[in-house]
Amino acid sequence: MVFKYHMTIDLKTIKHISKLSRISVDDKKAKKLADDLNSIFKWIEQLNELNTEKVDPLSSIAETKLRLRKDEIKSENTREEILKNSPDENKDFFVVPKVVE
Amino acid sequence: MSKTKDYLIERNGKKYEVVIGLEVHAQVLSESKLFSTSPTKFGSEPNTQVSLVDAALPGMLPVINEFCIKQAIKTGIGLNAKINNKSIFDRKNYFYADLPQGYQISQYKDPIVGEGSVVLDLSSGSKTVGIERLHLEQDAGKSIHDIDPKNTLVDLNRSGVALMEIVSKPDLRSPEEVNVYIKKLRSIMRYLGTCDGNMQEGSLRADVNVSVRKQGDDKYGTRCEIKNVNSIKFMQMAIEHEANRQVDILEEGGKIDQETRLFDTKKNETRSMRSKEDAHDYRYFPDPDLLPLEFTNDYVESIKKEIPELPDQKKTRFIKKFKLSPYEANILVSDLDTAKYFEVVIENSDVKLSSNWITGELFALLNEKNLEITESPISAKNLSKLINLIKDGTISGKIAKTVFEIMAEEDKNPIDIVKEKSLKQESDPHELEKLIDKVINENQDKVEEYKSGKEKLFGFFVGLTMKVSGGKANPQLVNEILKKKLK
Amino acid sequence: MSDIINFNLSELVLNIKNKKISSTEITKAYVERSDKSKHLNSYNEETFDEALKKANEFDSKPDFNKMLPGIPIAVKDLFCTKNIKTTASSKILDNFIPTYESTVTQNLWNQGAILLGKLNCDEFAMGSSNETSYFGNVISPIDKNLVPGGSSGGSASALAAKLTPATIGTDTGGSIRQPASFTGTVGLKPTYGSCSRYGIVAFASSLDQAGPMTRNVKDSALMLEIISSFDDKDSTSINFKRPNYTKDLSINIKGKKIGIPKEYRVDGMSKEIENLWENGKNYLKDCGAEIIDISLPHTKFALPTYYIVAPAEASSNLARYDGVKYGFRNEGENLIDMYEKTRSEGFGDEVKRRIMIGTYVLSSGYYDAYYLKAQKVRRLIKNDFDNAFQSVDAILTPSTPSSAFKIGEKLNDPVSMYLNDIFTVPVNLAGLPGISIPAGLDKKGYPLGLQIIGKAFDEQNILNIAYSMEDKINFKFDIKDWWIK
Ligand SMILES: [Mg+2]
Ligand SMILES: [Zn+2]
Repeated sequence: MVFKYHMTIDLKTIKHISKLSRISVDDKKAKKLADDLNSIFKWIEQLNELNTEKVDPLSSIAETKLRLRKDEIKSENTREEILKNSPDENKDFFVVPKVVE
Repeated sequence: MSKTKDYLIERNGKKYEVVIGLEVHAQVLSESKLFSTSPTKFGSEPNTQVSLVDAALPGMLPVINEFCIKQAIKTGIGLNAKINNKSIFDRKNYFYADLPQGYQISQYKDPIVGEGSVVLDLSSGSKTVGIERLHLEQDAGKSIHDIDPKNTLVDLNRSGVALMEIVSKPDLRSPEEVNVYIKKLRSIMRYLGTCDGNMQEGSLRADVNVSVRKQGDDKYGTRCEIKNVNSIKFMQMAIEHEANRQVDILEEGGKIDQETRLFDTKKNETRSMRSKEDAHDYRYFPDPDLLPLEFTNDYVESIKKEIPELPDQKKTRFIKKFKLSPYEANILVSDLDTAKYFEVVIENSDVKLSSNWITGELFALLNEKNLEITESPISAKNLSKLINLIKDGTISGKIAKTVFEIMAEEDKNPIDIVKEKSLKQESDPHELEKLIDKVINENQDKVEEYKSGKEKLFGFFVGLTMKVSGGKANPQLVNEILKKKLK
Repeated sequence: MSDIINFNLSELVLNIKNKKISSTEITKAYVERSDKSKHLNSYNEETFDEALKKANEFDSKPDFNKMLPGIPIAVKDLFCTKNIKTTASSKILDNFIPTYESTVTQNLWNQGAILLGKLNCDEFAMGSSNETSYFGNVISPIDKNLVPGGSSGGSASALAAKLTPATIGTDTGGSIRQPASFTGTVGLKPTYGSCSRYGIVAFASSLDQAGPMTRNVKDSALMLEIISSFDDKDSTSINFKRPNYTKDLSINIKGKKIGIPKEYRVDGMSKEIENLWENGKNYLKDCGAEIIDISLPHTKFALPTYYIVAPAEASSNLARYDGVKYGFRNEGENLIDMYEKTRSEGFGDEVKRRIMIGTYVLSSGYYDAYYLKAQKVRRLIKNDFDNAFQSVDAILTPSTPSSAFKIGEKLNDPVSMYLNDIFTVPVNLAGLPGISIPAGLDKKGYPLGLQIIGKAFDEQNILNIAYSMEDKINFKFDIKDWWIK
């Protein structure tokens, strides 16, 4: 598939990706971001010059097979360690604002 | 192949068929997690089984557990499924409090196991349910909403535990079929030792996809997914409610929105979980911290050699070899521990008697005491001895029940019980004759009546003889002798 | 001993082994100079007291069998260091103290090195000028108005300013080689899978690789020998027999075939860069190497490919910074509000921009057009190199299209900033080793570098080529201590 036309990233798209990435963007910043992204994607669009229909995608460059680990327990009773940097004071849990499901 | 009894919802003279597909999440039985070395044990103190990898600390990387792969392959073989020699781990990206990485490592386009099937034994016959796929993925942590009034607390003990997601085709048609399907899956996995199937501990949960269509339509309706239901009873309740809700909407001229719903067990209803505008876009892509998982046919073949006899094969063998009815065989094989118990008992005992005693007395006892067969107060060895005592005429069936009751209290050798309590059956014809003569002598009036045609009285003499013997007289011999004497 | 800081790493090791200098003397010299060099803003975190204590410990019980006996070294603040703050130059990790050590830094300490401090970098290694750091931009010791390059800008600046005898950086698209080129130092990006990524704050997992930055080629060989190791905690770490890079270092490259890719002669390439490249070829010929023209036809697509692949991976890698488990949190009315406030305040503009790009290219409806397309083009780029390496042993290119630019010069033009990595990025996409060595000065008197690209796992070969060229180039650049008052 060759995409010939550059798709413009509008403010609605910015809002959508801002929501997906959990990064709030105010309207002023959204405008600037849209401009930046549009100039970046315009430049990226040159990839469309290439026909890649028959090309196999490459996702990992490490040309080896996935290495497997034995089913062994090596980390136990780690609570203190993993909670050490947690922003809340709770000693047993990570704490987040109340979630209503 | 006969069809199951139709489960249809009727409204205004129209009949709706319910179409159900399940995404079962089965926890892989393993010591450590899928991509980390922390333990998978259930019920530990919160956040004590969390490695740096599970808590997604910066710079931490996943390394896959080979045993979990083997377990998935085994399960795939048990589901008669295609094993894919190359599969890919993807990241499913979304934010949630109990998802520390901000993504779940799962398999999307290229799962480890492809299409397979499961045979269900229904009262109306058997039915084959298609399996779409089985893939490996990480479990999330647990959000706890009811400890702290202001906050949600997060326990990551489950975070990273290996799950097999088993996706069925939309082949199920009733809550009852769902019941049988889940039990069959659980049975297969327990035979394989790949999942303990413990639903209370969350080792087996399901997302239930439900849609309805008018009977006879061949196009599927729009489905709703009911998330994370953790008991068969709730699955059935949720399906009933959801199917009826959908029928109501259609009957009112409405349209079903494809959405994710939650089953509220207290209110017995499903409700929408996420609004549509927040529709998820998981942005799946191959996890760059991992490589494609590849293995050879030889590896799969070597695992095939480790596959034990599975429920369907066992059932066939039981029917063929032991002449059990399909019904009996089904009961005996559906649970691996029951099957194991049965096979120990029949090693030295009569098969038919064993089957009767296990599915009769023993099941009743376990039921009453709310015990698993593995916790049975009567060992298979001792039950086998009891059955032999019946078979060789040492005790009668009735006495056996008394002995069984004593065994239920303490798992004692029935031979000793019979000896201690002098319960041995009286089978000496001379002794029995003495007894019977006494009974006849003391009841001459009844003898007359019998001889003049009141044949029903025969039972009276048998009963009385048994009573006088303290229940120990061999009923068969008593019958024979009485018949002779009363001629 | 005032000339301590002028010794290169190998000389220091030799002097310490010969008991001519003590670890304490070396450490003191670097601490004192670093103390006087705060203007460069090279350090995020100084561990000087602890370093002096460790040096003292070393001297009282020296182990001269170690490869870096008692040598103080500052490292990029992207490596997690046990009990030492590690921030990736981001507000979102401003208060993060790891309880663990990255494999690469552990390898250094195992060989007797001592941590001097954590060096500034672009936020999450995203940048080519070290201007995106939450802790402010780094200044090049070359000139007060110049960027040191990035993202390992603090490392390059500290190394060039002699605040550390050697250092390590990470290179995702040129982040070691470009700042090395800008500061007249040597920077090596090893083959993907050579150095463990365990404990390195991830930017783009399929591209990230740690590597040495040193004052000369021999020091790079020494550092690589130490940090390169197989690690079963990293599924992409590769178990190959690692050579003894220093022992086998040689200036004999007679008969080596060196490829010159015509596509690297980009539009508007300055005369200076062209001359530099030409000189490079001549040096190689002088060493007995054979120069061969080659073609890497998909070169121009490397950068756009990189700016899909790297942000896509980053958008996912950086999802873990959500205010829940560690790092900065901005309280919100509910969970989503907390996430959004934490992440919009915790990340800087460039990081947010790349997360947005990455989110977009992976999102439903765009995946095939962008992400999948990029992965396919990545294959073509790798194939180019594979083909080229059928006929050559290594490839020579300029490291960067220009010398260091001015602070602020490219800040408002992301694409022109990205173009800085035009010669380095293809190497990361193909997972190959590449080394940048200082090769000359432009007319402003700023350093320029040449890059040698090798086959996968052929670090020894490019080190040897670099070593022989270094000998011929005889690059001299005297840094004036203008920032020391
Ligand atoms: Mg699901
Ligand atoms: Zn799932």
